[in-house]
Amino acid sequence: MTEKSVIQANALDLTFQTNDGPVHALKGVSLDIGKGDFVSFIGPSGCGKTTFLRCMADLEQPTGGGITVNGTTPEEARKARAYGYVFQAAGLYPWRTIGRNISLPLEIMGYSKVEQAERVARTLELVELSGFEKKFPWQLSGGMQQRASIARALAFDADILLMDEPFGALDEIVRDHLNEQLLQLWARTEKTIAFVTHSIPEAVYLSTKIVVMSPRPGRITDVIESTLPKERPLDIRESPEFLEIAHRVRDGLRAGHAYD
Amino acid sequence: MRSLLPVLTVLTVIVGIWYLAVAPMNVRVALDQAERAGDAIVPEGSVPRREISVWRLMLDNSKHVGLGYALERPRLPTPAQVGQELWKTTGAMIAKGRPWSKRGLIYHGWITLQSTLWGFALGTLLGIVGAVAIVYSRTAQLSLMPWAIISQTIPIVALAPMIIVLSSQLGIEGRGVPKAIISAYLCFFPVLVGMVKGLRAPQSSQLDLLRTYNANSLQSFLRLRLPASVPYLFTSLKVGIAAALVGTIVGELPTGAISGLGARILIGDQFGTPLAIWSALFAAAVLAGALVTLLDLIQRLTLKRMGMAT
Repeated sequence: MTEKSVIQANALDLTFQTNDGPVHALKGVSLDIGKGDFVSFIGPSGCGKTTFLRCMADLEQPTGGGITVNGTTPEEARKARAYGYVFQAAGLYPWRTIGRNISLPLEIMGYSKVEQAERVARTLELVELSGFEKKFPWQLSGGMQQRASIARALAFDADILLMDEPFGALDEIVRDHLNEQLLQLWARTEKTIAFVTHSIPEAVYLSTKIVVMSPRPGRITDVIESTLPKERPLDIRESPEFLEIAHRVRDGLRAGHAYD
Repeated sequence: MRSLLPVLTVLTVIVGIWYLAVAPMNVRVALDQAERAGDAIVPEGSVPRREISVWRLMLDNSKHVGLGYALERPRLPTPAQVGQELWKTTGAMIAKGRPWSKRGLIYHGWITLQSTLWGFALGTLLGIVGAVAIVYSRTAQLSLMPWAIISQTIPIVALAPMIIVLSSQLGIEGRGVPKAIISAYLCFFPVLVGMVKGLRAPQSSQLDLLRTYNANSLQSFLRLRLPASVPYLFTSLKVGIAAALVGTIVGELPTGAISGLGARILIGDQFGTPLAIWSALFAAAVLAGALVTLLDLIQRLTLKRMGMAT
């Protein structure tokens, strides 16, 4: 157990009871996420990557093993508002402007009006949406909406950012752009990020650590430490080093599939 | 404005069919009157004519068919007659400076409108409170919902007299309160169903999001469920207010009420004055149309302000 470890899972099990018998969503999952890490979870559908993320967020209760967030239980971490969560769908409230959407967590957490306004302005700037505060969600493109939802997760300064396929529904070009922005944001804020994705290039490009998972039962098959530098222009994706890591991820995914 | 042409076309067709229907509907009465006035009618006497179809009578007495369009007590009045009667009991009353005369429809419409609005308010309140209970409590869902559904299968005409008798037993004066209760009885159901749907409209990820903020249930109700239900609420309110008006009119029918549009319909029936029935019917339709349009307007403004205009 390192001191800088932010999220620690130890032999985590989660079994859903369904009409067709038990489904092992997670089995024996152990992982350490250090402070400031950018960890991607990649694997086919049903491998438990989203379930694992939801366990960290106390949205799902493990049936065995242990997990700590900031050294406490996920429930305590949730109550301490230790993380911001970004869902696949932006999920902005259509009846609130972008600014009021971002101040939603701040209202709930009881920040003063002055501080709300200040934080909304700051996070909007962080995701490059300054000037869109008064717009309604439908007036923004899908990529901009997702940026606003990231701003909403950043607004209350949680140290951990949990992201569940946030760019999964966006097209390739928008996705590239948002990946680049996310890396810059990560560098500026030094947050710990757990990121679920389907895309190998996205995982390799973003992460310091890539966790490859496989289904039935959901488990970790490989953990790859990235050797890429922290500074990553988009064209790093053509470098031999990048392709090497991508190759290893692909191998890991294939190995996981060989089971069934 | 583009919808004006189809609307006018449909209206023209309806009025056309109506005018055509007046002749066969009124031909017997018209022939009886003409015969009494000394005209020759084939066959003679109203009793033998009962055996003959209206089409045959119209063919044999084509000169007298037109009389059916100008009867004082027609079986089916023409649109123009209904229009004149409506004007006589509303606009003309105002022109005479007696808009609140008990012989005018403004007075009776106002009586009906009052009960409708009270019933609507009561029904909406009941519907919303019931929906909140159903969404937040499984016990309420299991116990309340079946009764709400059963309540709508009981014919309101059978229930209305009982409500009147009960409320007078309880010492409630006048017809206003029982009429409002009957009206609320019809109105609460669409509001309840719509609100349950609206309050359950947020997706699970939106509820999860609030959970990650550690929001309490009051916060998630006020900030998520309630605003998400607004479009559903307005749709239900429009159905609800029309139901409330129907409820009030039904409440006025079998209860011996002497004022209100329902009472006018009943009195018109008892005294054999179809014109009074038809004009009361049209007054009710105009009232319903106005109320629904008003709600539609409020809906548009509200949703526009909320940024959810469609």
